[in-house]
Amino acid sequence: MTACKHKKMTLAAVALVLALSVCLTASCSGRSDSGVVVAGSTSVQPYIELLAEEFAIQHPGNSVDVQGGGSSAGITAAETGAADLGMSSRDLKEDERLWSVVIAKDGLAVIVNPKNPVSDLSLEQVCGIYAAEITNWSQLGGTPAKIHVIAREEGSGTRSAFEDLVMGDSFRITPKAIVQNSNGAVRQIVAGDPDSVGFISLGLVDQTVKAVKLNGVAAVRENVLEGNYSLYRPFLLVAKAKPEGLSMQFIDFVLSPEGKKLMMDEGLIPLQGD
Amino acid sequence: MKKFKERLSGRIFFTLALSSISALALITVFIISQGAPLIAEVGIIKFIFGMEWAPSRGEFGIFPMIIGSVTVTLGAAVIGVPVGICCSVFLAEFAPPAMSNLFRPAIQLLAGIPSVVYGFWGLLFVVPAVRNLFGGPGLSILTGSIILGIMILPTVISISEVSILALPRQYKEGALALGMTHWQTIYAVMLPAAKSGIVAAVILGIGRAVGETMAVIMVLGNAVAVPESILDPVRTLTTNIGIEMGYASGEHQQALFATGIVLFVAIMILNSFAQYVTRRK
Repeated sequence: MTACKHKKMTLAAVALVLALSVCLTASCSGRSDSGVVVAGSTSVQPYIELLAEEFAIQHPGNSVDVQGGGSSAGITAAETGAADLGMSSRDLKEDERLWSVVIAKDGLAVIVNPKNPVSDLSLEQVCGIYAAEITNWSQLGGTPAKIHVIAREEGSGTRSAFEDLVMGDSFRITPKAIVQNSNGAVRQIVAGDPDSVGFISLGLVDQTVKAVKLNGVAAVRENVLEGNYSLYRPFLLVAKAKPEGLSMQFIDFVLSPEGKKLMMDEGLIPLQGD
Repeated sequence: MKKFKERLSGRIFFTLALSSISALALITVFIISQGAPLIAEVGIIKFIFGMEWAPSRGEFGIFPMIIGSVTVTLGAAVIGVPVGICCSVFLAEFAPPAMSNLFRPAIQLLAGIPSVVYGFWGLLFVVPAVRNLFGGPGLSILTGSIILGIMILPTVISISEVSILALPRQYKEGALALGMTHWQTIYAVMLPAAKSGIVAAVILGIGRAVGETMAVIMVLGNAVAVPESILDPVRTLTTNIGIEMGYASGEHQQALFATGIVLFVAIMILNSFAQYVTRRK
C-alpha cells in the first residue's frame, strides 16, 4: 500500500515538474498596445531614451518604451513587428529590406592612456595592433612596453563597426585581446593602464583618456561632420514599412532641430541639412 | 478528522518541497533544450576542444574557457585552501573563546559581501597592484585567483572547523595522554581524522569558485585565448555567458546555453564528489 502511494506521489511530482517546465519554457513576449516600442542597439539606446523622455513630456498620454538587445535583435524585432521601431548602430545588410532613417553619426575613437606619448596612428597601424602584428609600443614610436589590447565582446555593435571599418575582411581582432562589455569599462581600464589601447564611442571620450589622431586627423566631432575622420558609424531607426501615427511623430521629433540639439549635447553628430 | 489533518499537512509540505525541486528541473530542462541543439550541430568534441570562439563567424570552441576556469579555480584553491584550513585549525584548537567569538562572525560577514563588491574592489585595488608589482595588464589569472581565493575562505573555514570540532574527544585526549605535543596531536591525529570533512570543504570551495561570475568578469580580462602565464587575461565558462548574453541572439545565444550545460555538468560532478567524500566514513 505505502509503496503504491509512494509511486503515485513520485509520478505526480514528475508530471507536475514537467508540466511547469513546458509552460515556462514556451515563453511568450507580450507588447503594449499604447505607445511606441523601440528596441535594439545599446549604443543608440541611451540617446533614444533621452529623446523619448522629452517626447513624452511634449505629448502627454503617449509613451515611448525603449529596450536594448543589440542591433541585430532590434532589426529582427522591427521585422517581426515585436517592436514598432528598431535601433541599429550599423548599416542594414542587403537581405534586411526595411524602411530606415539615419538619425545621427557616431564617431569611434581609438583611445590610449594620457601618459602614452603616442598620439597619432594610421589606420593600418591600428589594424596591426588589433591583429596582434604590432605588439610593442616601441614599434609605434612610444616607450618600449607590450601593448595591452582591449576590445569589446562578440555581438557588440561597437565591435562589429570597428571590425568593418578597421579590420576589413582579411584581419581579425586577436583572441588575446582583453574583452570588456561596455564602453565605460574599456575607458576605465585604458585610464588606469599606461600600456593599453581601446576603442569607444566618440561621445564618451573624456579627460581620463586620450583619443589618438587617425592618419593625422583629430578625433573630434567637426572632423566627422566634414568627412575627414573615417571612423564613424550611422545610427539608424528602422521599421517594417514607412511608419505612421505616433511612431512617425516620434521620428519627426528625433529629426527636428530640438531632437538634433539634444543628441548634439550628448556628444552625437546629427546629420546636417534639412 | 485528525487523520485528514495529518494527511493534509503532509501534502502541503510535499508541495512546498516540490517547488524547490521544480526550480532545478525547470532550469535544467531550459538549459538543455536551448543548448543541446547547438552542441549536436557543432559536435561535442569540436565544441569542447575547439580553440576558436567567434560566434559571429560560426566558430564555437570553448576549450580556452575551460582552461580559464580550471586555472583560475586552481589558483583560488592554492591561495584560499591553505589559509582556510590553517584558520579553521586556529579557530578549533588555539583561539581563546573571546577571539573565536570575534573571528567567526567576521568570517560569516566575508561570505555575506556581494560578489560584485569583491569584483569592484579587485578592479580598483588588486588589478593596479598586480600590474605595478608583476607587470602585464593587471587583469589576469593571478588577480582572479586572489579574489576567488578570498571568496572561498568562508566555505572552507566553516566546514573544516565543524569537521574538526565534530571529532570524538577521545582522539585528542588519547594522543595527548600518549605524550604527544599539541601540534603533533593536530597534524598526526586530528587532521587525518577530519580528512573527509576537510576534503569536502575544499571541494565545495572549488565549486563556489567555478560558479562565480560577477567578481571575475571584472578582473579577469575575458580574453578568449589559452593563457601562457598567470599574468595573462583569461575567460572562464561563467564569464563567457555573463559578458556576451546582452547581445546574443540565435545560435550565439544557444552557444551560451551550451556553455551553461558544460558548467552545469562540471558543478554536478564536483558536488556529487563532495557528497561521496563526506558519506564515506
